[in-house]
Amino acid sequence: MKWITPRELREQGVLGMNSRNVDYIGRTNDRSRYPLVDNKLKTKQAAQQHGMSVPHLFGVVKIQHEVQGLESLLEGLEKFVIKPVQGSGGKGILVISERRGDEFIKSTGAILNLRDVKRHTSNILSGLYSLGGRPDVAMIEDMIDFDEMLSNYSHEGVPDIRVIIYRGFPVMAMMRCSTHASDGKANLHQGAVGVGIDIVTGHSLYAIQNNQKVDQHPDTGYRFDELELPHWDKILHLAAGCFEMTELGYFGADIVLDRNNGPMILELNARPGLAIQIANQAGLRKRLHMVDDMRPIERGVEERVQLAKRMFGVTMV
Amino acid sequence: MSSKLQISLVAGILILIGLGLTLYKKIELGFPLLPGQRQAVWTLESKVSFKPVGGPVEISLALPDSQAGWVVLDDHFASSGFGFTVMESNGNRYAQWTRQSLERPTTLYYKLQIYRADNVGLGGSPVPEIVPPELTADRLAAMERVVESLHELSSGPASFTALLLKQLVQGQMDQDATFLFGSREESKLAVVMDILAFSGIPSQRVRGVFLEDGRRRQQISSLVEVFDGEHWHIFNPKTGQPGLPENFFVWRRGGASILDVMGGSSSQLEFAIVKNTLPIKTVLFMEQQAGEQPLLDFSIYSLPVEQQGVFKGLLLIPVGALVVVLLRVLVGIRTSGTFMPILIALAFIQTTLLTGLAIFLTVVGAGLLIRYYLSALNLLLVARITAVVIVVIFIMAALSIVSYKLGFAQVLTVTFLPTIILAWTIERMSILWEEEGIHEVLIQGGGSLLAAILAYLLMSTALIEHLTFNFPELMISLLGVVLLIGKYTGYRLTELYRFRDLGGPDK
Repeated sequence: MKWITPRELREQGVLGMNSRNVDYIGRTNDRSRYPLVDNKLKTKQAAQQHGMSVPHLFGVVKIQHEVQGLESLLEGLEKFVIKPVQGSGGKGILVISERRGDEFIKSTGAILNLRDVKRHTSNILSGLYSLGGRPDVAMIEDMIDFDEMLSNYSHEGVPDIRVIIYRGFPVMAMMRCSTHASDGKANLHQGAVGVGIDIVTGHSLYAIQNNQKVDQHPDTGYRFDELELPHWDKILHLAAGCFEMTELGYFGADIVLDRNNGPMILELNARPGLAIQIANQAGLRKRLHMVDDMRPIERGVEERVQLAKRMFGVTMV
Repeated sequence: MSSKLQISLVAGILILIGLGLTLYKKIELGFPLLPGQRQAVWTLESKVSFKPVGGPVEISLALPDSQAGWVVLDDHFASSGFGFTVMESNGNRYAQWTRQSLERPTTLYYKLQIYRADNVGLGGSPVPEIVPPELTADRLAAMERVVESLHELSSGPASFTALLLKQLVQGQMDQDATFLFGSREESKLAVVMDILAFSGIPSQRVRGVFLEDGRRRQQISSLVEVFDGEHWHIFNPKTGQPGLPENFFVWRRGGASILDVMGGSSSQLEFAIVKNTLPIKTVLFMEQQAGEQPLLDFSIYSLPVEQQGVFKGLLLIPVGALVVVLLRVLVGIRTSGTFMPILIALAFIQTTLLTGLAIFLTVVGAGLLIRYYLSALNLLLVARITAVVIVVIFIMAALSIVSYKLGFAQVLTVTFLPTIILAWTIERMSILWEEEGIHEVLIQGGGSLLAAILAYLLMSTALIEHLTFNFPELMISLLGVVLLIGKYTGYRLTELYRFRDLGGPDK
């Protein structure tokens, strides 16, 4: 078993869990702002107020009684997603990609009827998918048509781009690709692939699955070194713009790429994980220090993105 | 960085206060820092009860003197409404309660704390005069034959007595002996004493109490002692075993009765017995210092014994919590629930480690199976947890009953495991199972058990127990240490493995 010494980690500027909690989350995140990021509905509403692109919201089901009216709510919707507002880890998300008469076709091809959809919604409300079983609210939003480029790198699920934002600067980015092993979920500890992304170009840097380097997607076979994210500038602007909205010092923005509408904010995370450092083969702490060392003046989104590109670019060897 | 400085300052002051108080107690007051040898200290509560028959009442109770290594730490009399004196006659001490008249049946109390400093024998004793028994003709004839046959088979007073008791205990007596012992008027012990006296062997009774923890109505027992011309030999007439039993507290050797009641009837002497295992240094020290030092009046020792026991457990919790904090912050082990491991560790102290572990795994395992079924029913959270609580209690009862029938009394300690904590553990584990998979369950479950085992090992150390109980001010230092850990921003041990590939671009 290979280990690394604390000195080496410090030299590489790797951020540890304790430091993340005390120095960044604890120091720069105001607890009262957490509900805004923990609740996907509030995130969406705030993002819309700030003129940011989010998947279109069709409707919300708040109480069991409203489940009866689901049919009229879904009237005329060809494709949609029903998800719990406070769900975690991608649980309880029902994706309907097509309708054939009375039938609802899931993105995986399974066929449901209205009763199945109603029962799923009812389960969301009763808290089946939320943390600790708290009663929840279901939201119905537009299905994302994944950019073709991304769907090559994803199996059975949602590929998204996680950007760590510190004091408004995009400091590190990673694309998370679901795999068969991760059961369509984009969580790294469940077996999804994490691909480090160069802040300057949007080009891939390195890819890991279960902490091991991988060269190609285990299910689709596409090589990661050919991956270059489209709309990269827009992604950075969108992610960095969430700073004004959340007022959180340290958070992660999860962004998806829609074929027609481009980058959209899917959700925000006030306690983003540290595996992004392994996917990038780089430490976060150095970059966070660089941000801390800058003159504390107010800067616009564009200025922050340009500064970040200048500071955090990686020259490929 | 001012908050960091502030924390360091506060933590430093707290640690110094705790250590300073500890050192003061050690140096100025002479509190022992190390537990030293532990001693079983017995608390005997003697109850003298009787019914008054009218007229003046006088009760005299022979008091034990320290014999065979037993030491009386402390004794205490309760004698409300009675005149009370302790008198001495012939080198024996007596407690005497007197009262002019009394209407109702009354109980008098005499409480003493004893421990056995040395495991020594009884030593010498004046040889009593032999008083030959007065016997009727038929008993005399039987007695002669019994003594004669015993003499033939034995080599001296000791083996004579041993043989006699062996026959008596095992019931292998000839007709003559059966006749002697069969008479209902006298106790068997009295007949044994008669036989010994008749055959010219000096003998006496040794009265005392068999110490058994938790007994409430223990009575005075008697041993038989015979003199062979040089040494005394002691026997337990109930078993025939030679030697002084370990747990026998000698109250009075030879001589007259222990309890005399004048002006009363149906008198009884009973003992309630409780055992405490304490560091003997502490016990002796408390004996010397109690009441002299004002600081000691504020120590845990000033509380009643039962409350002391409660605090003994409570004071261990910070130590367990420290283990959990260290494991989570410095090592990076994930546990299910922050303080669940401490409660499990406390339960382990009651059940012992291996039994506790086995029971814990059984209950949680069975609970998970049942919770798996419940989850298929889509119940609401509170109802589901309640169902799990009920199931857990049911499993615990079933475990107790089955194991008791099979003869494993140890499993009965299952009740010490906190039911609600078990239910929550099962609930969390099963949610974890569904959401993150079995892998995560094993990591967090294993982490919790590891933390619980380490906490248990630390909490059950004699030194830790001694320090937390005798120096509660060390908790102030502990608080300071925990504050410091709360500001630790270095790497966790597990992160040295997790980020092992981040060694640098050249690797």
